[in-house]
Amino acid sequence: MAMDQVSTAHDDHAHDHKPGFFTRWFLSTNHKDIGTLYLVFALVAGIVGYTLSGLIRLELAQPGIGPLTGLMEFFGYSGDQAIEHAKHFYNVVITYHGLIMIFFMVMPALIGGFGNWFVPLMIGAPDMAFPRMNNISFWLTVAAFIMACISMLIPGTGQFLGFGGGWVLYPPLSSATGHPGPSMDLLILSLHTAGIASILGAINFIVTILNMRAPGMTLHKMPLFAWSVLVTAVLLLLALPVLAGALTMLLTDRNFGSQFFDPSGGGDPIMFQHLFWFFGHPEVYIMILPAFGIISHIVSTFSKKPVFGYLGMAYAMVSIGAIGFIVWAHHMYTVGMPSDMKAYFVAATMVIAVPTGIKIFSWIATMWGGSIDFEVPMVWAIGFIFLFTVGGVTGVVLANAGIDHALHDTYYVVAHFHYVLSLGAVFGLFAGWYYWFEKMFGVKYNKAIGYAHFWTMFIGSNLLFFPQHFLGLNGMPRRYIDYADGFTTWHFWSSIGYAVTMVATAIFFIGLIEAAIRRRKGAANPWGEGATTLEWTLPSPPPFHQFNELPEVKPDSHH
Amino acid sequence: MAHDEVKHDYHLVNPSPWPLFGSMGMIVLALGAVTYMKGLFGMPEGTWWLLAVGFASIIWVMVGWWREVIKEGRQGDHTPVVQIGLRYGMILFIASEVMFFVAWFWSFFEFAIFHGARVGETFDVSNPIYQEGLSRFAEWPPAGVEVFDPFHLPLMNTLVLLLSGTTVTAAHHALQHDNRKTAILMLFITIVLGVSFTGLQVLEYTHAGFTYDGTLYGSAFFMATGFHGAHVVIGTIFLIVCLIRLMSGGMSAKKHLGFEFAAWYWHFVDVVWLFLFAFVYVIPYLVMGH
Repeated sequence: MAMDQVSTAHDDHAHDHKPGFFTRWFLSTNHKDIGTLYLVFALVAGIVGYTLSGLIRLELAQPGIGPLTGLMEFFGYSGDQAIEHAKHFYNVVITYHGLIMIFFMVMPALIGGFGNWFVPLMIGAPDMAFPRMNNISFWLTVAAFIMACISMLIPGTGQFLGFGGGWVLYPPLSSATGHPGPSMDLLILSLHTAGIASILGAINFIVTILNMRAPGMTLHKMPLFAWSVLVTAVLLLLALPVLAGALTMLLTDRNFGSQFFDPSGGGDPIMFQHLFWFFGHPEVYIMILPAFGIISHIVSTFSKKPVFGYLGMAYAMVSIGAIGFIVWAHHMYTVGMPSDMKAYFVAATMVIAVPTGIKIFSWIATMWGGSIDFEVPMVWAIGFIFLFTVGGVTGVVLANAGIDHALHDTYYVVAHFHYVLSLGAVFGLFAGWYYWFEKMFGVKYNKAIGYAHFWTMFIGSNLLFFPQHFLGLNGMPRRYIDYADGFTTWHFWSSIGYAVTMVATAIFFIGLIEAAIRRRKGAANPWGEGATTLEWTLPSPPPFHQFNELPEVKPDSHH
Repeated sequence: MAHDEVKHDYHLVNPSPWPLFGSMGMIVLALGAVTYMKGLFGMPEGTWWLLAVGFASIIWVMVGWWREVIKEGRQGDHTPVVQIGLRYGMILFIASEVMFFVAWFWSFFEFAIFHGARVGETFDVSNPIYQEGLSRFAEWPPAGVEVFDPFHLPLMNTLVLLLSGTTVTAAHHALQHDNRKTAILMLFITIVLGVSFTGLQVLEYTHAGFTYDGTLYGSAFFMATGFHGAHVVIGTIFLIVCLIRLMSGGMSAKKHLGFEFAAWYWHFVDVVWLFLFAFVYVIPYLVMGH
C-alpha cells in the first residue's frame, strides 16, 4: 500500500525534494521536522499546563474558596455542591498542572525538541540512528497527552471528574480507595505510553551519540549539549521502567485484586513512594540536564571563549546522573524511616551539590575575562544561572532531614522546585529558543521583543515564586485550596507575579508572530566567532538532509 | 548537484505511516483497556471489543513495521555501521527490560525482608484491631501460604529453559558456519523447549497453593513470574519468526541480526528466570524450614 509509494522516493535525499505536507509532518523520519513537531506540541501542552497554573493562582489570590466555586456554578452546580466540586477540581488542576508540565512540556521541548534538532547537527550526523522510531516517540507522546486530557474529563471518584491525588500518584489516593473511577486507570495508561515514548527516544539518542559522531569527534570532543542529552537518555532508560513497574502494580491493585500497596492485605503504600521516587529523582535531572547543556553553549558563545573546564563540565553531568539514582528517599523523609537511613540520604543528597557547583562556577569562570555580548539568549542564560542557584541552595536546605520535617509539603518546597524547574529548566528552554531560533526557522526574531520577554518573565516569575518561600517558612501547606488569612499578602503578590508572566507569555507570542510576518532572512551564523559547534557551519535553516558528506573534526580543534 | 550525493553509510529511512498508526492504536488500546476494566463512555464494564480492536491494530502495526525492516535489511540498508547501531539499540532495550524486572524484584524483596518494619514493629500485632488482618504478614512467606516445592516442577522448568539456552547457541553456531539444516533443527528444538516451559508454567500455576488476588505473596509471585512468562512467550514468537525466515531462505552466515537479537533476548529471559528461581522459589521454601 502506502509503502510502495514511498519506496519510489528512496533515493530522494537531496534537500530540495521535501515530501508533501501530510507525509512531511505526519509520517516524518526527519530529525529536524520531528524536533519542530515536538516544539509545537510542547507549546500546545505548555499552554494547557500554564492555564491550569493560572487557575491555581486565581483561586489563591485571596483566602476562601471563591473563583473555582464560581466556575462550578457556571457549570450548573449550586451551593455546597459547587464548593465540593471546586475543591476536587482544584486537586485535579494541581495534579494535571504538574504532570503536563513535566511529561508534556519540559521533556518534549528540551529532549524531543532541541535534542532532536541539535544532537545530530552538533555531532555531524545526517539524522538520528532510528528515524522511524523517532517518529513513534513523538506520536506516542501526543497519544499520551490525549489520554491524560481525556482522563481529566471522566469520573475519578464518586461524582467528581478527573484524578486529584497529586502528580506523585501516591496510594491510597490513587488506589481504588481514593479514586475508584476510570480516570486514574486511563492516567496510568497515559503515563505508560509517555514512558514507552521516552524509553524509545532515549535508546535513539544513546545510539545516535555513540554510533554516529563525525569522524574525529571523540567523546571528549563532543559538544556539551550532546553530553547532556546522553546522560539524560541513560537516566530515562534506567528510571522509566521502574515507574512502569510501579504503575503496573497500581493498575493491578485497582483492578485485579493484587495487594502490593494495600496494607490490609499486607502490602505497603510506602513501597510505591520508593519505586516512584527511584524514577522521580532521576526525572528531575532529566528535566534540568539538557538545560545545563544549552546554557554551556550560550555562555561560551557570548563570552567568545571555550567553556571553562570542558571535561569537568561533562563529567559533572555524568556524576549528577549517577548520584541521582541513589538519593531518592530524600523526597520521603517524613514517612517514618530510620534515622540511619535519613543520615545516608542527607549525605548522598548533599554530595550532588559538588558537581552542580562545578557547573555553576565553570559557567562563571567561562564568562570571567571574556568579552561578553549581552544578546537575548545570553541574558536568559545569565538569568538561568542566577535563578537555578537560588533553587539549588534551597535544595541544600531541604536536603537536611531535620529541616525537611518542618518544611515537607509546604510552599517552601513548591518555591524550591519551581526555582529549579520553572525558572531553571524553562529559562534554559527559552535561552535555547532564542539561541537557535534563527538556525531552526531561518528568520530573525526582534531583539527588543526578546529582551522585553526576558525582563517581564524574570520579574514576573520571581514575584510569583519568591514569596512562596515566605509562605512555606510560615507553614503554608501545599495543595490546599484555602488558607488562613495571615497568608493573604504573599499569596496575593504571588498571583500578581502570575499576571506579570501572562504579559511575558503574550510578548513571547508577539515575538513569534512578528518574526513570522517580517521574515527577516537569518544568517548561517549570527553569533560570530564564539559559536563554534557544527550547526553554525550549515545554512539557516539547514538543508532537509545535512552532512551528506560527513564533516571531519580535526584533532586539535576544540569543542 | 554533486555535493548532494550521499557519501555516508547511515540509513536515512523513508517516511512511514506505522508510527502514526501505532500511536492511534495505542489510544484505542488504552481506552479499550479502561472500558474493559471500568466501563467508559456508556459502555458497561467488561466490554472487550474496543480492547480487541486496539490490540489487533498494535499487532498489525508491529507486523507491518518489522516486515519493512526486514525488507530494508534485504535491500542492503543495514550497512556495517547501521548494524552496530542496531546492536546498541537492542542491548539498550534489554537494559530497560532489566530495569522493569528490578521493580518486581524490588517489591518481592521489600515484602520478604522488611515485613517486620511494616507489621511487627509499626503495629502491635497483639492488638485485636490488627491481629486478624496483619499478624499473618509478620513473617515471609505469610502464614498460611503453601509455597511450591522448587525441586519438583520449577527445577524441571529451570533445566528446560537452560537447555533451550544451549540449543539456541548451537543454532547460532551452526548458522555462522552456514550449516542451515542444523541451525533450523536446533532452533526448532529451542522453540519446542520454550513452548514446553510455558506449558509447564501454566500447569504449575493451576497447582498453586495461593491465589493472585487477595494475597500478598500471590500478588508478588504471580506478577514477577507472570511477567517473566510473558517475556518467554514474546521471546518464543521472536524465535518462531527467525525460524520462518531461516526456512524461507532468509538470513545468511554473515548477517543475521534478527536471529542474534532473538538469541540475546532469549538469554535475558533465561537469566531473569535464574533470579526468580533462586529468590522467589528456593529461598522462601528453605526459609520455611523444608
